[in-house]
Amino acid sequence: MGGARRLWAGYGGYALGFASLFLLWQLASLYLVSSVLFPPPTIVLKKAVVLARSGVLFEHLWASLQRILTGFVAGSLLGIPIGLAMGSFRPVRKLLEPYTEFLRFIPSVAMITVAVIWFGIGEASKVFLIIYTTIFIVILNTAAGVSAIAPNKIRAAESLGATRAQIFFHVALPATVPYILTGMRLAMANSFTTIVAAELIAANEGLGKMLWDGRLFMLVDDIFVSLVTLGLLGFATDRMFRWSIYTFAGKYSPSGG
Amino acid sequence: MATPLVSFHDVGKTYRTLQGVDYPAIEHFNVDIEVGEFFCLLGPSGCGKTTILKMLAGFEAPTAGRIRMDGRDVDGASRDRGVVFQGDDSLYGWLTAVENVEFGLRMRGVSKRERRERALRHLELVGLHGQEQKYPAELSGGMKQRIQIARVLANEPKMLLMDEPFAALDAQTRSLMQAELASIWRAARTTVLFITHDIDEAVTLGTRIGVMRAGPRSHVKGLVSVSLNGAHSRTDDAFLRYYKEVYEMIRDEVAASLAHRT
Repeated sequence: MGGARRLWAGYGGYALGFASLFLLWQLASLYLVSSVLFPPPTIVLKKAVVLARSGVLFEHLWASLQRILTGFVAGSLLGIPIGLAMGSFRPVRKLLEPYTEFLRFIPSVAMITVAVIWFGIGEASKVFLIIYTTIFIVILNTAAGVSAIAPNKIRAAESLGATRAQIFFHVALPATVPYILTGMRLAMANSFTTIVAAELIAANEGLGKMLWDGRLFMLVDDIFVSLVTLGLLGFATDRMFRWSIYTFAGKYSPSGG
Repeated sequence: MATPLVSFHDVGKTYRTLQGVDYPAIEHFNVDIEVGEFFCLLGPSGCGKTTILKMLAGFEAPTAGRIRMDGRDVDGASRDRGVVFQGDDSLYGWLTAVENVEFGLRMRGVSKRERRERALRHLELVGLHGQEQKYPAELSGGMKQRIQIARVLANEPKMLLMDEPFAALDAQTRSLMQAELASIWRAARTTVLFITHDIDEAVTLGTRIGVMRAGPRSHVKGLVSVSLNGAHSRTDDAFLRYYKEVYEMIRDEVAASLAHRT
């Protein structure tokens, strides 16, 4: 009984929220709009099953996901050490801040044109855009995390006999983990925006391409399948990040004890 | 007595404020601390007590005079001087209680088995038996201060520097912790520099009390030798006599520090 009640307290609200979302959608498309341009969720689900059975949906899904993951991992792997260096050493920060402060205001969507000119319409341009949209957020959050470390954490390590390298790896790095994860979570959300925009403009497959084709051939149901897939995919990845932040952040708190 | 373990010789510390004005916080600070002493530095808030501790710890350098320990100038932090901080922000939240206590030993490459054994022994010493696998966030303020004390003791420094370690605790926990610290000290006899603004705490714990003048240009106004160290009740005549002596010494300084701020 207790387990069921806990499950309800944890997920009951969610389930209800999602159910009401789809119910409202169903009602709105049946009675409010009542047009083929706004299909109800039941039709969209049927279409999704068809597209899933034929494998088309997964092809598009996998194409987008692969690009996001490649660019996101590469962008994070580049961004974390740069952010750590900027947060730790003032000269490095002074040197690199012009780059981050200038480039982060040029949205990745605006870079699509340049990316296509430089890298063509293949995978390279997409991965470049995802790296671009990931790296600055990860750098900024990592650097902020380093400067948020309580000075007493460093002082304690010094007077316990730790060397500078040990302080970096055993104190500064773990203390920054929640900030890095938060930066990556924000970057992941940006990656979704960027990949759809890039695929809308130039791609042979992907969820964005699916949207574009749907518009071109008036396949309204396909458009909605793509939209719902994007929503669910984004929701699932964000949950994963939230879960890992909650798991680590409690202990990895940079300022508190 | 033989040569002191620590000597402050004409130490001064001048800070530059954000407005570019020099503020001489400490001036002509002279104190010797002998091996095995429990030295309490007592003063009104803002008098620079913590600055003295930071300079001896090696976190900040004096702008005048010199601080020597074991005949050598203090230059940066060292594991000879273990520090217990006032708040809990020096603990490593991603490590369990026992891992926090092991930290210094691990950095020095002490074998896993030996450091675990030593850490557990010190956690038991500070009354944290059974809490070894908890994270700091799961423990109360008093327990977190116990981890800090165990962490420093396990590292076996020549001296303990304690910066108002019980100031953030509730009154009951504080007096309990004072009694436990006194008994740990009686067993270990490690040299201690203990910073406090609480006369009661200084008289309870200290073997000697240095009363500081209110800032600016703060230094030691007078010294009182005490021979109680937790063994006496706060209602004993001896306790009250020491309390009165220190109180009369510090009264004017507290007034001065209040007047300075308003």
